[in-house]
Amino acid sequence: MKGASRRGLGFLLAPAIVFVILLFVYPFAYGLFLSLTKEDGSFTLSNYLNFFASARDFRTIWVTLQISVPVTFINVALAVPFAYYMRRGLKGEKIITFFLIIPITLGTVLVSEGMLTFMGPKGWLNQLLLFLHIVKEPFRFTHNYLGVVISLGLQGFPYAFLMLLGYVSGINPDLEKASQMLGANKLQTFWKVLFPLMVPGIAIAFSLNFVMAFSVFPSAVLLGEPSGPTRVISIAAYQWAFEKFNFNAASAISMIMAAIELLVISLILVWRARMYKGASIVGKG
Amino acid sequence: MKDFKKISVRRMTKRFGDKTAVHDFSLEFGKGEFVTFLGPSGCGKSTALNCITGLIPITSGEIWIDDECIDDSKSQVPPEKREFGMVFQNYALFPHLTVAENVAFGLKLRKIRGAELAKRVDDALRLVHLEGYASKFPAQMSGGEQQRVAIARCIVLEPRLLLLDEPLSNLDAKLRIELRYELKALHERLKVTTIYVTHDQTEALALSDRIVVLRAGKIQQVGSPEQVYADPANIFVADFMGYRNRWPAKIQSIEERSDTLVVRFGSAGASLEAHLSYPAADPRRAALQAAFASGSPVITAVRPEDIGMDDKAGNGIRCHADIVEYQGNASQVSATGADGIRIDFRSSPKVSEGEALSIFVAPGKILLFPADNLDPKQGGSP
Repeated sequence: MKGASRRGLGFLLAPAIVFVILLFVYPFAYGLFLSLTKEDGSFTLSNYLNFFASARDFRTIWVTLQISVPVTFINVALAVPFAYYMRRGLKGEKIITFFLIIPITLGTVLVSEGMLTFMGPKGWLNQLLLFLHIVKEPFRFTHNYLGVVISLGLQGFPYAFLMLLGYVSGINPDLEKASQMLGANKLQTFWKVLFPLMVPGIAIAFSLNFVMAFSVFPSAVLLGEPSGPTRVISIAAYQWAFEKFNFNAASAISMIMAAIELLVISLILVWRARMYKGASIVGKG
Repeated sequence: MKDFKKISVRRMTKRFGDKTAVHDFSLEFGKGEFVTFLGPSGCGKSTALNCITGLIPITSGEIWIDDECIDDSKSQVPPEKREFGMVFQNYALFPHLTVAENVAFGLKLRKIRGAELAKRVDDALRLVHLEGYASKFPAQMSGGEQQRVAIARCIVLEPRLLLLDEPLSNLDAKLRIELRYELKALHERLKVTTIYVTHDQTEALALSDRIVVLRAGKIQQVGSPEQVYADPANIFVADFMGYRNRWPAKIQSIEERSDTLVVRFGSAGASLEAHLSYPAADPRRAALQAAFASGSPVITAVRPEDIGMDDKAGNGIRCHADIVEYQGNASQVSATGADGIRIDFRSSPKVSEGEALSIFVAPGKILLFPADNLDPKQGGSP
């Protein structure tokens, strides 16, 4: 009986397992294999060693971190107060949420194109700033570091916000009342009760935002300066793969990307565990 | 704790849009008193409680502690400065903090540290019999234990007023009784001024010095448990206190005596008599006289346990049993009388379903009130 139900369960899991193997395990294993071999298939570490030896490639890690870390911090730091103020719902909440979700649904390329027009030297934003005499000549919002950061903010903030909103609005409102009745003002209630309970949400929002920002490609190409200041690590991988047709080197760069992302995520999870020791024990609450 | 003699709530009103949740609520609490707000859900008892804490701003009225005004509907002392403690139905413990940290929460905000902090937390936990639970997290504890932590978290601060919002409603029947005893013992010991909100008349009767029965945000009756139980002010209070037999009736005659009102009336296809021990100037006399004069219907209120099958001296009513529930020492019987009225009573002799019966009620055990629809959301006459 038990064996039969186990077999039934395995049967139900099969599509998911096949899916994961085909779309994740196989490509990852293949990439790992490529990164550790030469074009003739023999084992080598040169793909990795070359990356670290080449200043032009190696510095992409630093460039990418310089973009992705501040962007992620800004997105999450903005999302926390937004989520806090909207935790009980607001008038016009649907409209606000709608406008926040638009950048997600439009996709990176369309948003980038829009930004190029709107924020470009002849765009409306610069026209306005010139008209108001805030700037004397068009301010460069695009084709630089700032352009990439703005674009990643537009894309990443809604994710962080929606995720945290779900977390905060799920916190029992009586906890805030209880904290207040025990003598805490709004600020103390936020830091002593709400923030610690938001930590798991913040950790997840931070991780997802960081991964999104670290693997940035379209914004860096369209809105940045892909030849230099915003030559991010994914551009390096792309150039090895599709300009130099060296998939082995490109795979090695991808593996390095993955390793850095995993490292940052583990740091975040360590922080989460320190901040919220109840998390592993408290299921509900 | 700042000492005080009494807390007075004066004409407190709370409106949400065009809905009045609390209407002209006036009440005084003496220090050390245990007062219960009793009423069905939606009667405004929790809103009244939250208004007193300041968590819900009041629309009009005033709240005073002796000669200190803490709320006059325009300016208010914020809830965190009132030195009140509150216990919630769902415990509202901080899930990320241990039991000791939960109890220490308010003390730390008051800058109490070190040995004194540890001692006061220990004392509070001992008071609610939770020694040895200090390092547990709330989710590792049962509902009853969690609620005790919540109580400890409040009383450790020695609040001027302790407010409990249906604290036992989430617990199972056995735990509820246990914790009720503990609450009573705790109040006896600490004499904290307490407001207790519940819809459970047993809890109200068991714990309170005074009961405030509410309906649609209006006070229906304020009195000791004995008064509210034996001498309800109107049919709503009577219904809530367990007078489950409500039969439509028509007054045939009223005889005024100095200490009682003898009313003969027709109900359940019989002519019955009620002896109401109302004092001479009791407004309920006038209300019944008015109903008699206008010929408008009245309604009886009789407890199931005051109906018997053997006391031939009382008012006799013929009926037949529909449902008989075995409940150990007696049976709960639901019967139908003439005109389709429903009669609830308890019977020790065995009764079978469908059996024709004669039941009896002593004239002193019947109450009569002007008719009312009993909807808890609509205000009747207080």
